[in-house]
Amino acid sequence: MEFASQLGGSVTDGLAYLGSLASLGGRAAYYTFVGPFQGKPLRLQRAIGQAMDVGVRALPILSLITFFIGLILALQAAYELRRFGAINFVSTAVAISMTRELGPLITAIVVIGRSGSAFAAEIGTMKVTEEIDALETMAISPVHFLVTPKFLAMIIMLPCLTIWANTMGILGGSLFGVTQADFTFVRYIRSSIDSLFLRDIVTGLIKSVMFGVTITAVGCLEGLSTGTGAEQVGRSTTRAVVISIFLVVVVDLVFTLLFFFVSET
Amino acid sequence: MPEETPDLLDPDATSEAMISLRDLRVNYGEREILHGISFDVQRGETLVILGGSGSGKSTLLRTLVGLEKPTSGEIWIKGRNIATLSESELDEIRKKMGMSFQGGALFGSMTVGENVALPLREHTKLEDSTIQIMLRLKLEQVGLEGFEYYMPAQLSGGMKKRAAVARALAMDPEILFFDEPSAGLDPIIAAGIDQLIVELKQAFRMTIIVVTHELASAYLIADRMVLIDKGNIVAMGTPAEMRANTQPRVRQFFDRVAEPEVSRELDYLQMLTEAPRQRSGSAERRS
Repeated sequence: MEFASQLGGSVTDGLAYLGSLASLGGRAAYYTFVGPFQGKPLRLQRAIGQAMDVGVRALPILSLITFFIGLILALQAAYELRRFGAINFVSTAVAISMTRELGPLITAIVVIGRSGSAFAAEIGTMKVTEEIDALETMAISPVHFLVTPKFLAMIIMLPCLTIWANTMGILGGSLFGVTQADFTFVRYIRSSIDSLFLRDIVTGLIKSVMFGVTITAVGCLEGLSTGTGAEQVGRSTTRAVVISIFLVVVVDLVFTLLFFFVSET
Repeated sequence: MPEETPDLLDPDATSEAMISLRDLRVNYGEREILHGISFDVQRGETLVILGGSGSGKSTLLRTLVGLEKPTSGEIWIKGRNIATLSESELDEIRKKMGMSFQGGALFGSMTVGENVALPLREHTKLEDSTIQIMLRLKLEQVGLEGFEYYMPAQLSGGMKKRAAVARALAMDPEILFFDEPSAGLDPIIAAGIDQLIVELKQAFRMTIIVVTHELASAYLIADRMVLIDKGNIVAMGTPAEMRANTQPRVRQFFDRVAEPEVSRELDYLQMLTEAPRQRSGSAERRS
């Protein structure tokens, strides 16, 4: 009985949390897409600054990680494929797994570690030092001022980063293809491109936009609900990372299911 | 009657109160922090809200600027009850109010100049050159001319407070709120901030509300004082009236009579709720 009531409590807490996320994400989306037409201009300069942080500065580490992931995928696939003499399909395996799944997912996880945590820490610190209260007393909406530029930067930069990650993954695979599987570089790339349908890339990019929304909403919500004291900022940051990773996987599952059943009909 | 001309020109400038509280009650969860506060503040008056830790004075201030929603009661500011206003209507009133926070609450990622200019950039369509002029003017008023390119972290405690006052003054507010203006400052710097408040009071016809527990600065700046204890008004009056007040609780506060800090757990809990608490995030409630 007690277990049931605890379970019920956790479920309602979880739903309430999702509700707050949706409300925050909805307001950020309102200020991004509707606000500019109602005299609430976008803060483009802040958004560009955020885009630099979220996107451009993530390129080196993301490139390295996805290159290695591509290489690992090629090795793992070749392990099985060579038993059937089908090692030529390595390029296909790498290209499809990267664009459909691993490209968006690895990108999201790198961005959570770099930016989702930073959002929570930045906004959490501002909460502790009463800067969020100060914004409100100046009649400036913290969501408009702080969350919207991050939201805009995320939904633009995450798909861009994902495309980059896909490319780097395929390049990583080509290292194996060229050295171990009798591909020339050009033939490997051509074979990768031939194996992809536009749908593979587009579904990956749609997912990455949703990941961007999720990461921003969780990072900013955790920041805004920071309690008093410096240790609470650390707690918010940790929670932002853990919850973001979990929710990104959930969103991934939901959209993969959706694409699976839509493509069936 | 030439001296009354400004009143005739300004429709808001009637003799009625700038701020009126009617039976204001504020809860944090189950716990009632303010138990029915009522008072009026006249236009141009400086009211000092006094009280010890846990008295509810900071909660009262946060409620007055709309950071906390009252459970019941009315808060009339400039003829509108802000307890019933929507967020956007409240924002219109907030543009006429300035608030100086305890720690300054300057945005660490912006220079002093950007901090002070922020409300102007957000709420007015002024040219950048005009904003620069107003920015210099505001910094001069608080004695910080030439510091617009400094980052808040490079300023001393007193300078941070001055910069925060300059930001609060940016929109030429009719009401100015101060939360513990002398907290964390040495007596000389604190006296400088008190002096600044007195100067502002003389230079502009601003209504000023100051929350503090510093008696010396309260006597210096107040037209009227209100002493709050455990969420109730204990006494209210001019500094002279408060000096003459014989109520035990008033005397205890004004004569600085010691008492055991915390006697019961419930009192302590009450005191804790006085500090800014974790709420679900007042920012989230905005739309």
